[in-house]
Amino acid sequence: MENGPKEKILILGLNHRTAPVEVRECFALKNVSEHPLAILKRELPEAEEVLFLSTCNRVEFILVSKTSDQTLKSLKEILVRTTGLEVARFEDHLYFYENRDAVRHLFRVASGLDSLVLGEPQILGQVKEAYREAVEYRTTGPILNRLLHKTFSVAKRVRTETGIGSHAVSVSYAAVELAKKIFGSLKGRTALLVGAGEMAELAAQHLISAGVSRMLVANRTLSRAIELAERFRGKAYGLEELPECLLETDIVITSTGAPGYVITRDMVKPLLRKRRLRPLFFIDIAVPRDVEPAVNELENIYVFDIDDLKQVVEENLGRRKQEALRAEKIVEEEVLKFERWLRELAVYPTIKALREKAEAIRRRELEKTLGRLDLSPEEKEAIETLTESLIQKLLHDPISYLKSGYHREGREAIVTVRRIFNLDQEEPGSSPTFEELSGAEEATEIPKKWH
Amino acid sequence: MIEEFFFKLAFILYLISTVGFFIYFYSLKPEALKGARLVLLGGFFCHTLNIVLRLKILKAPPVASFHESSSFLAWAVVGVYFFFVYRGPKVYTLGTFLLPLVLLLMIASAISPSEITPLPPVLQSLWLPIHAIISLFSYAFFLTAAVAGFMYLLQERQVKHKHLGGIFRRLPPLESLDRINELSLKYGFPLLTLGIITGALWAEKAWGTYWSWDPKETWSLILWFIYAALLHERLIVGWRGRRAAMMALLGFFVWIISFFVVNLFLPGLHSYGKWS
Repeated sequence: MENGPKEKILILGLNHRTAPVEVRECFALKNVSEHPLAILKRELPEAEEVLFLSTCNRVEFILVSKTSDQTLKSLKEILVRTTGLEVARFEDHLYFYENRDAVRHLFRVASGLDSLVLGEPQILGQVKEAYREAVEYRTTGPILNRLLHKTFSVAKRVRTETGIGSHAVSVSYAAVELAKKIFGSLKGRTALLVGAGEMAELAAQHLISAGVSRMLVANRTLSRAIELAERFRGKAYGLEELPECLLETDIVITSTGAPGYVITRDMVKPLLRKRRLRPLFFIDIAVPRDVEPAVNELENIYVFDIDDLKQVVEENLGRRKQEALRAEKIVEEEVLKFERWLRELAVYPTIKALREKAEAIRRRELEKTLGRLDLSPEEKEAIETLTESLIQKLLHDPISYLKSGYHREGREAIVTVRRIFNLDQEEPGSSPTFEELSGAEEATEIPKKWH
Repeated sequence: MIEEFFFKLAFILYLISTVGFFIYFYSLKPEALKGARLVLLGGFFCHTLNIVLRLKILKAPPVASFHESSSFLAWAVVGVYFFFVYRGPKVYTLGTFLLPLVLLLMIASAISPSEITPLPPVLQSLWLPIHAIISLFSYAFFLTAAVAGFMYLLQERQVKHKHLGGIFRRLPPLESLDRINELSLKYGFPLLTLGIITGALWAEKAWGTYWSWDPKETWSLILWFIYAALLHERLIVGWRGRRAAMMALLGFFVWIISFFVVNLFLPGLHSYGKWS
């Protein structure tokens, strides 16, 4: 009945592991005057649905097509034209997934399992953005709509059911986590930046977003201190004013290029009483170190140097890897579910499911009624016939709609019938609504939330 | 007797709740914490019934014998726990450390004689329940302060030595523990002061003298001085963290002497400690 080959989900892509940055940047298709989706829509008619995902670490083409070989060939030709690279330059860097593997790949990507930093959360937003663009260019259809919504819920499930995102894996973020373990909330705290450097500024940025309300900046050259202080809306000091600065702060990030210790035990000790023994947390990311190790021995003072922080990061990475194993299991589970949905998304299984459901209802209700009535075999026979012809007449129209509709509207018709009769036995709210599934027009509802 | 039944039920529920708190500590599953707290609340309810029923029989609050006062103290500690759940900083693992103490108090109460004996005439006064209840509540706060202090020292050790493993992740921020210590002190110290004053007033009524230096009174005074010093240093000098935690622990050891050793082994006016 279903003539022709079935649609397949295809993914062609490259990422930080398979391709060097020179190739990745060409594939981002930033230099093309048109949006990549517009080009693909026009020049790749073989693909029924298209999604284009591009981040600094990966480029993925997610397609639905009946002719995978032909589609790939055309896609590569388009890529040669748009990137200006020869096939030989990029072919070895590409990976290709089909159907189940493609679904798994997308689930893993969105969950951060395929990321450079395991479990990083930004990728999910980037996938959502890619989907929003595809909806805008109307290149998605029933399969990608369903696949992407499933992807979002899988990523969410991974994030809530595993601890993959809950352990800091950068030095600057680990420092913030530690500060929280000492001070509880960082709201209203003061931080001091001694010296400047990329990592120190990043840590300062993290501290501010965690609630630190005041930034002080101390630097050997005052002009640089002023410049930095302006960026963080703080106050600038010279290095010789350090003791006064230390009186007011809770968290100190040091990263000077000084050859010796900038903050010594002898400098901090007299401050303890004046500080009323408030805790003070030193994050020393300089090499050689800026804070004398003996400072850590003082009361309510805590010093973490770069090695301590790196060790924290290392341990957290190990924990994330552990959690990733659990995440892979969730992904595998969801891949199977999606595959089942895809398999069922054909005319015959749908008709069969429809008839089975009707038959089950008929039998159940019949048993209830016949059990109560005392009827002769002939009368029972008559009721049997009546109910059978009832459901047959009732199902006639949906079934003929399925058969004819499949040729006109493709899988849209199947999705509609399956949803109306709830053939996938889903709880309400667990899957995209009818509007979300039934095409680009209605799907614009969702992207609004992402802006 | 029905009131004994509720005591036993409370004990069993406390025990189950303790297990729940340990499971939470190990697994960090929020459901475990919720369950443990719910069971604890059930135990607290039964314990309250036990105290109320005993009060009806005695026609006075049950705080006279050692059995009664340690049971009452356990009840008060659970009450203080819920007070901090509701009002204090979020310290999810406090129950894990506090409940074993509650259990010990319950055991101490269970193994001491529990018959209801009529009070000697000298003790029959409204002052008794006022003095005893206030004192016992101050103890409940100090016990909580000591537990928070212990947790503080444990957590500080992890931070100072950079052992950032399981214990570090399970214990709350240092600041929260110090805050519990501070709040306990702020509520406990006025109560202890009031407890000592009402005790003195009652002593004057009963024996004609405010203060007679019996061992209980002496040790209570030592206890008072420790917490007075801690409060003073906290407010004036700004003591906090490590030192405050250590003082709270010191107070705990002195309290053990004043509550167990003095009551049970030293003769004095506070006869409620006698086993017979």
